[in-house]
Amino acid sequence: MLIFEHSSKGRQGAPQSPVEKASISAIPENLLRKDSAALPEVSELQAVRHYTRLSQKNFSIDTEFYPLGSCTMKYNPRACNTLAMLPGFLNAHPLTPDEQNQGFLSCMYDLQSMLCEATGMAAFSLAPMAGAQGEFSGVAMIDAYHKSRGEHERKEILIPDAAHGTNPATAVMCGFKVREIPTLDNGDVDIDALKQCVGPQTAGLMLTNPSTLGVFERNIEAIAKVIHDAGGLLYYDGANLNAILGKIRPGDMGFDVIHSNLHKTFSTPHGGGGPGSGAVGVAKRLIPFLPLPTVTQEDGNYRYLTAKDCPQSIGRLSAFMGNPGVLLRAFIYMRFLGREGMVRVAEFATLNANYMMAEAKRRGFTLAIDHRRASHEFIITLKNEARDYHVSAMDFAKRLLDLGYHAPTTYFPLLVPECLLIEPTESEAKEALDGFMDALEQILHEAETNPELLHAAPQTLPVKRLDEVRAAKQLDLTYKMS
Amino acid sequence: MPFIPHTEQEITQMLATIGVDSMEDLFDEIPAHLRAPELKAIPKGMTEMEVSRLMHQRADKNTKALCFLGAGAYQHHIPAAVWEITTRGEFYSAYTPYQAEASQGTLQLTYEFQSMIAALTAMDVSNASMYDGASSLAEAILMSVRANRKSKSRKILIPTSVNPVYRKTAETIVKGQQIDLVEVPYDGSTGTVTLEQIKQQGEGDITAVVLQQPNFFGCLEAVDEITNWAHDNNILVIAVVNPLLITVLNPPGQWGVSGVDIACGDGQPLGAPMSAGGPYYGLLCCKQALVRQMPGRIVGRTVDLDGKEGFVLTLQAREQHIRRSKATSNICTNQGLVVTASTIHMAIMGAKGLENTAAACFANNNLLVEKLTAISGVKKAFSGTHFHETVLQLDVNAAQVLRALMAKGILGGFDLSEDYPELGTAIMVCTTEMRSEADIEAYATAMQEVLAAGVVSAEKVPATPEVV
Amino acid sequence: MSEVPSELKYTESHEWLRVEDDGLVTVGISDHAQALLGDLVFVELPEVATEFVAGDECCVVESVKAASDVYMPISGEVVEVNEVLADEPEIINSSPYDSGWLFKIKPSADELADLMDAEAYQATLEE
Repeated sequence: MLIFEHSSKGRQGAPQSPVEKASISAIPENLLRKDSAALPEVSELQAVRHYTRLSQKNFSIDTEFYPLGSCTMKYNPRACNTLAMLPGFLNAHPLTPDEQNQGFLSCMYDLQSMLCEATGMAAFSLAPMAGAQGEFSGVAMIDAYHKSRGEHERKEILIPDAAHGTNPATAVMCGFKVREIPTLDNGDVDIDALKQCVGPQTAGLMLTNPSTLGVFERNIEAIAKVIHDAGGLLYYDGANLNAILGKIRPGDMGFDVIHSNLHKTFSTPHGGGGPGSGAVGVAKRLIPFLPLPTVTQEDGNYRYLTAKDCPQSIGRLSAFMGNPGVLLRAFIYMRFLGREGMVRVAEFATLNANYMMAEAKRRGFTLAIDHRRASHEFIITLKNEARDYHVSAMDFAKRLLDLGYHAPTTYFPLLVPECLLIEPTESEAKEALDGFMDALEQILHEAETNPELLHAAPQTLPVKRLDEVRAAKQLDLTYKMS
Repeated sequence: MPFIPHTEQEITQMLATIGVDSMEDLFDEIPAHLRAPELKAIPKGMTEMEVSRLMHQRADKNTKALCFLGAGAYQHHIPAAVWEITTRGEFYSAYTPYQAEASQGTLQLTYEFQSMIAALTAMDVSNASMYDGASSLAEAILMSVRANRKSKSRKILIPTSVNPVYRKTAETIVKGQQIDLVEVPYDGSTGTVTLEQIKQQGEGDITAVVLQQPNFFGCLEAVDEITNWAHDNNILVIAVVNPLLITVLNPPGQWGVSGVDIACGDGQPLGAPMSAGGPYYGLLCCKQALVRQMPGRIVGRTVDLDGKEGFVLTLQAREQHIRRSKATSNICTNQGLVVTASTIHMAIMGAKGLENTAAACFANNNLLVEKLTAISGVKKAFSGTHFHETVLQLDVNAAQVLRALMAKGILGGFDLSEDYPELGTAIMVCTTEMRSEADIEAYATAMQEVLAAGVVSAEKVPATPEVV
Repeated sequence: MSEVPSELKYTESHEWLRVEDDGLVTVGISDHAQALLGDLVFVELPEVATEFVAGDECCVVESVKAASDVYMPISGEVVEVNEVLADEPEIINSSPYDSGWLFKIKPSADELADLMDAEAYQATLEE
C-alpha cells in the first residue's frame, strides 16, 4: 500500500510547521501556484508506521549477510553515524566563513592527509560525490594535464574489457574515445595487446587493481611502464582498494591519479544507493588540476582553497563540498581503525574471500579463475549447472534470498558466463561464511534434484519475481493522486 | 580488533582450509619490493570513547551563530521522526536495489519519492535523484542536448541571475562535450532577466534556455513569458527551482502554455540538514516524451508472478552498467539516504505544512528587509518581489560588515562582491521559518550597532565569537 | 536455430535489407538479433527525411537487459518509419522480417553488392 493510499483529505501531520499560513498576497497572482501539490495527507504516526514497515522489506547489512561483489558491504559502525550528526556539524552552513568552521575543516584536512598516506598519493580532493564523479574528475584531470603541455592529440583512453561500465561512460563524457584492452584467461591484462594500442594518441589507461575478476594484476609495473613510456597517465579505479589497504599503495604501483570509494573501503553507508564519495588523489604533477574545493592549513588555521588559489583546477563538481556528512563518517572510521587497523582490513577481507573460495571448490563449484589467490572477492561460474540443469546464476541468486542471504553480484564481470561475484568483507564472522556456503551447496543439490525450486524462487519475500518487461513497456513511474 | 570478529582459533582453521601457513602468504602475488611501508602519517587507532571525545571537541569549534545565510543552502526545521526512521539499519545499510524482491522497501519509497516530486513540480516524471542541485543542472543541460533533435547548435542560454556556483559546476561537467553556455545578463534594476535580453543573445539556433525561480537573488523571473517564447522557437526550457517554494509559487510544469521540458533543483530544503554542504540531492524531472533521455535511476511499478504489485529499477538499458560508453550519463548512484529522509519529510509535512513553511519564509524575510532598510546606509538593490532572499546594498565594505556581525553572533548573509562585482558593496540576506521575530530584531540591532560604530577592521574580530 | 530468409541481404551487425519493387529498401533486425536482445520494450526510430551514410547509428532498439544501436546498412534518406513500433515494439520479436520492419530508405549509392547474402550471414551465425 502506498503512502498516498493512507491519505485522508484535510488530515495534517503535526506541529512541524507554522500553524497559520502567513500572507503571500504581495506576490503577483500570475506567479503563484493555483492548486496545492497532491502530496499525501497523513498523521505523523501513519507516516512513521508506513516507513518503518517499508524498511522491514529491505535486506541490509544490519539484518543479513550481504556478499555483493565489488560493493564492499562491510559493517557501518553506528558511532560513525552518531558522531557525524552532532549539531555542530549538522547546523554548519556551507558558506560559513572558514574561521568559524574550523572543527569541520580540520576533519576534512586530516581526512585528505590520511587518504594520501593510505594510497601513496601526493594530494587529495574530497569534492567528488560518488565513484562516478571521482572517475570524471580523474579523467578530466588527465585531459587538462595533456592540454596544459600542448598535447592536444591525446584523445584516447584505454580500458580493459573487464572494467566497470562507468569507466567507458566517464571517458566518453570527458570527450575521449575508448579503446578496449583484452584480458588473459588468468585474469591479467594482455600486455602484448596493450603495447599494440599505445601511441601519441594515448591519454591514459583506467585500471582496477585487484581487477574485477578478483585477482591482483601481477604485471602492474610493466603496464605502468608501457603507458608512461607512451606519454600517457595511469588511472586507478579504487573500487577494490579494500583488498590491499595498507599492503600495497596505488601510488607505489605507479598510478598518477586514483579515486577511492569511501562508501566501500571506508565504510560510509550505502544508504539504499547513495550518497557516496569518490575522493580523488593525484601524484605531484597533477596537483594543480584537482577539483575544487580542497582544504589547506597554515599554522593550524584551516581554509578552503578556491579558484583564485588554483587557476588550473578542472573546477567545481557540486555547489559546495561534495558530500560532507559522508566524508565525516569516513574520517571517523579511519580514526577508529588507525594505521594498524587499515592493514587488518585488507588481511581479513582477503582471508575471508580465500577461505570461501577454498570452500566453494571443495563443495563442487567451478571457479572462474583457479590456482590463483583471491583478492577480497572471487568468482564462481555456473555455466556447467546452466547447461546440465537449466538453472541460471539469477536462479541461484533468487534462491539465496529465500534462504536469508543477499545474493552476490550476478552477471558481472561480463566476461564470465553465469557468474556470481562474492565479496564477504572483513567484518563477517566465520559462521556467517559457513552458513552462506551451506546454503550455496544446498542450492547446488536442489538444482540437480528440483530445479523448479530455483526457477520459482523467491517464495518467502514480500513479492515474487517481478515483471521487468511490463515495467519498461508500460511505464508507471509516478502515482497520481485523484 | 575494531569491527573484525575472528578468533585466533578461527584464523588458524581458515588458513588451514586455504592451505597456507600465514596471513602473509595470501599476499604472495604482490611484488615484494612494492609493498607498503608502515602508514606513519595515520594516527593509531582509537576506542569509541576517544573518538567520541575528539568529534565532540571538533563539532563544538563550529559556530553557533544565528543563520541569515542562504545562497543555495537553507536552515529549515526537520521533524525528529525524519532522520530517526531514515537511519534505521534497513535503510541506512542497504545497497542499490539490484535484487528487487529483497529491496521492496527502498524501491517503493523511491517510487513514492518520484510521485511526490512530480506532484510538487507538476512535471510528468521524476528520477530517483541526482547528486545535488548544481550537478543536476549540468545533467539537465546534457539531457536537453540529447533531447532537442531539431537544434544542432549545442548552445544553452544561462542568465547570470542563475546561481553562480551552479553555472560553474555545469561548465566543469559539460565542457568535454562541446556545449556552449551563453550568459545572458540580468537587468540591473529588477535583478531579473528580461525577454529582450534573452532574445538578444538568443538569435539563431538555440538548444535550451535555463531559468531559475526564484533566481539566485531571490527575485521572481517572468517565467511564463520566457517559456512561451522559447517553445515558439523550438528551444527547450530547463527550470531550476527550490522545491519548498514551489508549494506556493507556480510550479515549472505549469509555466507558460505547456510547462517546461526539464526541471531540476536542490532537494535540501525538504529534509536535509545544512551539514556543511551535504549530502543533499538533486531533483530532476521531465516531460513524459523525454523520459528515455533522463540520466540516473528510475523506479517503476509493476506486478510479480502472482499479479501482486511490486517495484523495480526500470529503463536500465540507458545506464552505464549496460550501455557502457553510450550511456546517458556515467552516474551510478542516487542520493538514496537523503531521498529517504526527504520522502518521509514530505509525507509528514504534507502540502499544507510545506506551504505554511514557505509562506513563513517569505513573511520573515519581508520583516527582516523592512527592519534592515530602515537603518541608514542599507537599501534594497532590486525593485520587485523577493521570496526569502534579498540583496541589500550597503555604503561600506560588505565583508567587514559581515565579520563584525559575526562577532555579534550573527551569520549575516552572503557577500556578493566576488561573483557580482558590479553590485558594489552588496550582501544577500535570507530568512527561513526558523528565524523568530526576536532573531530578526537581534539582527537589526546588531546591524545598527555595526554601522553606527563604523566598520571594525578584520584584525579586531575575535576568532571565536560569543554565542547569543 | 534462427530464421534467415534467403531473399534478403544482411550485415554483420544483424540488420536485414529488402529491395522493394519501387526501388526503396526496407530495413529491420534479424531473427537472431531479436532473440539475443530478448523482449523489446522500446524502439527509437530515425526521423523521416534524414540523410544517413552507411555505418551511421540511426536507431536504437531496447530490451530490459540491453539497448542496441542499429547501423544504417547503406547510404540514403529515410522516407518512412514503422510507426506501429512506438506502441508495440514486441512486433519485432514476433515478426522480425515482416511487420517488425524498422524503416525504409531511398538509397543514394549502389552499396547493396557489399552486403552479405543469406548463406554468408548464416555462416557468420554458425561461427
